Amino acid sequence: MIRALVQTLVLLAVALATLVLLLVATGHAPAPALTAMANGAFGSSYALLSATPVRAIPLALAGLAVAIAFRAGILNVGAEGQLLVGATAAACIAALVSTHPGVPAVVVIVVMLSAGTLAGGLWAGIAAWLRTRFGVLEVISTIMLNFLALYLVGYLVRGPLQEPTRMNPQSPTLPEALHLPVLVEGSRLHAGLLLAIGLAVLAWWWLRNTASGFRLRAVGGNARAAASAGRVNVPRVVAGAFLTSGALAGVAGAVQYTGVTYAMYENFSPGYGYKAIAVALLARLNPLGVLVAALLFGALEAGANAMERDAGVPNVVVSVVEAALILLVVAADRWQARAGAQATTTVRA
Amino acid sequence: MSDALTLGTDLLEASVRFATPLALASLGECVSERAGVINIGLEGAIICGALGATVAAGAVGVGLGFAAGALAGVAIAAVFALFTVWMRADQIITGTAITLLAAGLTGTLYRSTFGASGVALSTPTIGATAVPGISALPLLGASFFNQPVITYLVYVLAPLVTWWMFRTHAGLGLRAIGERPEAAIAAGVSPRLTQTLAVLFAGAMAGLAGATLVLAQAGTFVEGMSSGRGFIAIAIVVLGRWHPMGVLGASLLFGAAQSLDTVFQSMGWREVPYQLFLAIPYLMTLVVLALASARARAPAALGQKELAEK
Repeated sequence: MIRALVQTLVLLAVALATLVLLLVATGHAPAPALTAMANGAFGSSYALLSATPVRAIPLALAGLAVAIAFRAGILNVGAEGQLLVGATAAACIAALVSTHPGVPAVVVIVVMLSAGTLAGGLWAGIAAWLRTRFGVLEVISTIMLNFLALYLVGYLVRGPLQEPTRMNPQSPTLPEALHLPVLVEGSRLHAGLLLAIGLAVLAWWWLRNTASGFRLRAVGGNARAAASAGRVNVPRVVAGAFLTSGALAGVAGAVQYTGVTYAMYENFSPGYGYKAIAVALLARLNPLGVLVAALLFGALEAGANAMERDAGVPNVVVSVVEAALILLVVAADRWQARAGAQATTTVRA
Repeated sequence: MSDALTLGTDLLEASVRFATPLALASLGECVSERAGVINIGLEGAIICGALGATVAAGAVGVGLGFAAGALAGVAIAAVFALFTVWMRADQIITGTAITLLAAGLTGTLYRSTFGASGVALSTPTIGATAVPGISALPLLGASFFNQPVITYLVYVLAPLVTWWMFRTHAGLGLRAIGERPEAAIAAGVSPRLTQTLAVLFAGAMAGLAGATLVLAQAGTFVEGMSSGRGFIAIAIVVLGRWHPMGVLGASLLFGAAQSLDTVFQSMGWREVPYQLFLAIPYLMTLVVLALASARARAPAALGQKELAEK
């Protein structure tokens, strides 16, 4: 546990060194940029209570989605699309409810989140069906579904879901009564945080202590062995894990809509679904680790925006750091595997 | 009649134009997958190629712009090869990281160099070069042989790669590594060398595809302008059944899907939302994969991490 933490810190240091190199290479002074980044991430009560944790929430939920799928050996890189349709479904519910003012707000919020969950699951279900029925690589199908979700949103916010004045390509703003409750007075920190923590603990417990969680891990470890030795119905487990993954990404979108943006528009997600892959990998696909990794990425994102605002460094630079982190995790794992393999050979010899 | 002919020529001409970058990228991916390496990072190589071409074309001219695009593609593919071929890391995860890396890198470099707003930077472009004689033929000649030179490279490369892949010793080695790695290794083929070269070739081709987007089509760089072409290229390889000529045909089909958008817009179909047309290539990829995957047989060792090396 401590070793994993130390290793993660080392990887983080290397990733930040990469950032410094890139800053120097593109002609930005590293010191003021990094100071701006640190301030943006941790330097004020606003950063600590709003900027960083609020960005961490969708990353945590989508990160859980990726972690569950990867644990089952499903390469769901479609969290982005599942998140978008989840948010869209919540916005559709809001639009439907606006004509029925009598419904209690709590009920509407629950229905919006449930609709997002369901929509995300169904969107992932398309890829799950294509995989189990036709053997289509889910990597490709989920990426295609990401683009389709983006165009779907583009169409809806210029068509049936557009705000009443028809001036801007976005949905009507969610009335305040239907926002997710704010946890700390004066901050933007919303109840989605509790949902993310709760779901992470639930996922951790489920994978560890239940029979279905065990089957999921078995299929992810070695599907053929699980089928022959464990008599596991592999397609069924795969479909179940895929739908669960999509549902988590979908609720991430619905939470972001009801807790942060209050409206649906084309650039709704700055790539949360893709960043979630880095989050899940950095967490070694452990649901509790996802929470920590998401917080770290929330800090990176908040820091990157502050860096752009205060030091003029393009905020996309954070993608380089995130990609470097994925590659470093992959390299560290391979290095360990190789060291382990060599150790066993030595013992045998 | 002549109207229909003009429309047909325009449609076909646009299809070939849109198919060119797809064909370049998927020919490279075809070679890489035959060697057992699936490269999701192709998307990243395309955008790197596009930026490399943009920078070089402004400084030293269009011809070298293409070369710079290919080189940028090779550079990012080298990182991919380092992780997947030399460290045997998961190909899909590495590819995803490479695409993210390329998006961040090109975005940062572009905005740092050309301003935060990304001032519309225009590059010189190459126009169509009509092939004397053939281009005068109606329909096929006027569409297939009235294209930028880079398209003609595709016409030459596809049969050349086919010949190399199926008629040479090196090509046999490549296919053996992707199908029966143990047997190939026993026969003395180096999996590392073979796969590295295949991945670098795919990187160069994807880089050329990116250069084509800038230097033969858009005339400028836009962040994210690869817009999924790298992923579509992977679908094209499946549809083309891992055969260079099949890949060529499949690319044309996807080029046609993309050109429908332009044609319908020019016909003024306003009641149909334009997002539907933009979505066609992606939707088609799903349908095509569903139809092709069941029957298609991928190289047996595709995506396999560990090869029995000494």
